Amino acid sequence: MNLTLNIWRQDGPNAQGRMVTYQLADVSEHMSFLEMLDVLNEQLVEKGEEPIAFDSDCREGICGMCGLMINGKAHGPEVTTTCQLHMRSFNDGDTITVEPWRATAFPVLRDLVVDRSAFDRIIQAGGFISVNTGAAPEAHSVPVPKPKADRAFESAKCIGCGACVAACPNAAGMLFMGAKVTHLGELPQGQPERWARVVKMVAQHDHEGFGGCTNTGACADVCPKEIPLDVINQLNKDLRASMSKRA
Amino acid sequence: MATSTLLKGETTARRTTVFMKFLMATTGALFVFYVLMHMYGNLKIFAGAPAFDEYAEHLREILVPILPYSGFLWLFRALLVVSLVVHAYAAFTLWSRANGARPQRYAVKNAAKGAARTKMMRWGGVTLLAWLIFHLVQFTIAKVNFNGAFSADKLKIDGHPSTGMLVIASFQLWWVVLIYLIALVALGMHLFHGVWSGAQTLGWTNSATSRRLAHTTAHLVAGIVVLGFAIPPLAILFGIVKG
Repeated sequence: MNLTLNIWRQDGPNAQGRMVTYQLADVSEHMSFLEMLDVLNEQLVEKGEEPIAFDSDCREGICGMCGLMINGKAHGPEVTTTCQLHMRSFNDGDTITVEPWRATAFPVLRDLVVDRSAFDRIIQAGGFISVNTGAAPEAHSVPVPKPKADRAFESAKCIGCGACVAACPNAAGMLFMGAKVTHLGELPQGQPERWARVVKMVAQHDHEGFGGCTNTGACADVCPKEIPLDVINQLNKDLRASMSKRA
Repeated sequence: MATSTLLKGETTARRTTVFMKFLMATTGALFVFYVLMHMYGNLKIFAGAPAFDEYAEHLREILVPILPYSGFLWLFRALLVVSLVVHAYAAFTLWSRANGARPQRYAVKNAAKGAARTKMMRWGGVTLLAWLIFHLVQFTIAKVNFNGAFSADKLKIDGHPSTGMLVIASFQLWWVVLIYLIALVALGMHLFHGVWSGAQTLGWTNSATSRRLAHTTAHLVAGIVVLGFAIPPLAILFGIVKG
């Protein structure tokens, strides 16, 4: 298949970016989206041009490193990561517009690469449990009810790719944060720090310059791990409860 | 450019954006209650202007003699005004934060529900605010009659100014009805998303059943309010209710 690609090019964090149009011929429908970009980059290098910078790591949909805004949709037309999106989801002759995640809290470093360390700082602020890691306790010594274990696991699937922020009309990080609050809040190990955690994480989130939630569900629609919107409800509930609890 | 530091010092729940959403949700819940009561009161116009006036008079006599005449009404009005200020302040603060959170827009505008709903809440809210000022001036503060067919005498019942007659006079004009119908569309859409969003913000939607309930309630409240408020003006416009 032959494609027309509009791709955001930006030389550095403070450089003025612009959309550049490329023609790419003979794209196999079996290629992943990133492999298609690899092919384009090889051609650019052969021509002596700068290749397009984009993030990727595992390329099997589990690390959360890749993430592109494809035709206005985070990770493109399928509910998956960009690396697991294949060119068979597009048609011959298509024009595809590729942009980086857009958020104040995710500044563009170069081309399609954004700095998502704001997420790391939210986790640093409270998205953890404090345990002695020296001697691992017997796993069965702390029983967890099955529904809670399931919900914790479902929320723990978040890979921190940032698609929720990218898709949110307010560039809020609430789905990401809600997933972590729900994951740890459902488990016995998460209880001691539960009420302090949610406040610290939300405060850090606001400090990073993310917007607020308007409960539209745009985030959950694009989440490659299908984290449900109700984790945001859980976060709201925990923050409300934290006001009447001693930390 | 984002800051690259961890937030220092004590953090409190009351200084977060989520708390601001709580304020919007709780004040919003008060407005939902108020709007439903108001809608019920409006339907009294079907019993005639004197019945409508009597209902309005009764509102002034709530909790009398524990409170003075009109005491409850003024306390409730004060509560509504404070709530409105809080609701609007939180809305504009979050709106401006959201704008700051994405200064560079996407080249491809996705017609996803997210952006449309957010715009609907914000611009719809501004529309409602503008309409509310018009509405209060028209029926509460200045009691303005735009209908030349109704003389000052015709707006009185037994020598007293009648709000019921003013309502009938006003809604005989097509453009007044049109303004109210536009405001109702804005109100309906605001409630349609707002009731659901408020429930989610307050943390009441943790199960599939409660989520369904929140969505159903939002649909119902929006539907009932639009219908209940649209019926009296239309009935007056089409001459079903006469002065």
